[in-house]
Amino acid sequence: MAEGTPAGYIQHHLHNLTFGRHPDGSWGLAHSQQEATDMGFMAIHVDTMFWSVSLGILFLWLFRRIAVSISIENPGHLQSCIEAIVELVDKSVKETFHGKNPLIAPLALTLFVWIFLMNFMDLIPVDFIPHSTYLMGIPYMKVVPTTDVNATFGMAFAVFFLMIFYSIKVKGVGGFLGELAFQPFGKALVPVNLALELVSLFAKPLSLSLRLFGNLFAGELIFILIAALIPFWAQWTLSVPWAIFHVLVITLQAYIFMMLTIVYLSMSYETH
Amino acid sequence: MNINLTLIGQAISLFIFVWFCMKYIWPPIINALQEREKRIADGLAAADAGQDKLVEADRRLVELVDEGKQKANEIIVQAQKRGDEILEEAKHAARVEGDRLIEAAQAEIERERTQARDELRQEVAVLALAGAERILMREVDRNAHDEILAGISAEL
Repeated sequence: MAEGTPAGYIQHHLHNLTFGRHPDGSWGLAHSQQEATDMGFMAIHVDTMFWSVSLGILFLWLFRRIAVSISIENPGHLQSCIEAIVELVDKSVKETFHGKNPLIAPLALTLFVWIFLMNFMDLIPVDFIPHSTYLMGIPYMKVVPTTDVNATFGMAFAVFFLMIFYSIKVKGVGGFLGELAFQPFGKALVPVNLALELVSLFAKPLSLSLRLFGNLFAGELIFILIAALIPFWAQWTLSVPWAIFHVLVITLQAYIFMMLTIVYLSMSYETH
Repeated sequence: MNINLTLIGQAISLFIFVWFCMKYIWPPIINALQEREKRIADGLAAADAGQDKLVEADRRLVELVDEGKQKANEIIVQAQKRGDEILEEAKHAARVEGDRLIEAAQAEIERERTQARDELRQEVAVLALAGAERILMREVDRNAHDEILAGISAEL
């Protein structure tokens, strides 16, 4: 471990592998939390990007393989499983989203499976990958991308962008601004309306990202605490039940993120 | 917990993944699902149609059997009637034939009786003539007496 104490162990597990521009202008990996913070915005979490993109490619590869060889008469086990996921997403989209948009369903599918896979990394014992990479000389390694607030915000902002894009596309700029300014109290109270609607507008991506981040971060933290504070031969008494419970959490969080995305986008299509 | 470029990287990754999914993954899978749904629906519809046809065929079968039975009955009744008729005709014919035979026999009898009587009469006439010849003991002019004899025999 980087540091011997439990606090040091936990700290180490909560740091991302950051690549960015040092204050002196040179580019490189941050070797301490202070260095990472000093890099400011011009930095990137290599571990988050690596794992999330790898898992995204895993998702695309797996589903593409099935999509290419899909058999109507004789589906295999994997195909049935993937069809079940696709049908779940398709049903959710059809029930919630009544407009016509070819993007929504693939978006929902991508979000659901991708987030599920990223969340799933939480179930890999906390030290397997970070310790292996530490021995290989990589100072930090956080394997669950959804415990990185950047990742969840990134996805939430992408959804937010689509919300606004489709709002304007469907209702026009005037309609979109009108909805912000003239509701719910009518044209007499534009500032109040604007304050309320803007808050509710920005609350959407915030709630979307912070819910996912909060749940996964807390779950990861509990695994880390179990690993840090309990002797190795007794850890399983807590980590196994928590992992089993966490199976539910990671699936549910992926599903919620997908559902809320569909709901928000369907709201963009609806005129009040 | 630093906010940095990762955020943008994630958003870009998401867009690329969604684009790929929309282009290469979603359509084939959902098309296959819809195609299968359609096939299942068609199959069920065909099964329903088959069921209906079966019911219809059953109904038709019962109808045909009933019709056949009825026809058979009619034929039996007709045959019986016809049989009775033939029997009656035969009886009638037999009776007529019998009557005819009886009549013919009677006529024959009558004819034979008449013939016998004629023969008898002639024989009687001959005998009478012979008797008379014997009584008179002389030749009788046959021609003269034949007339008398014919008259006698006509009276007999």
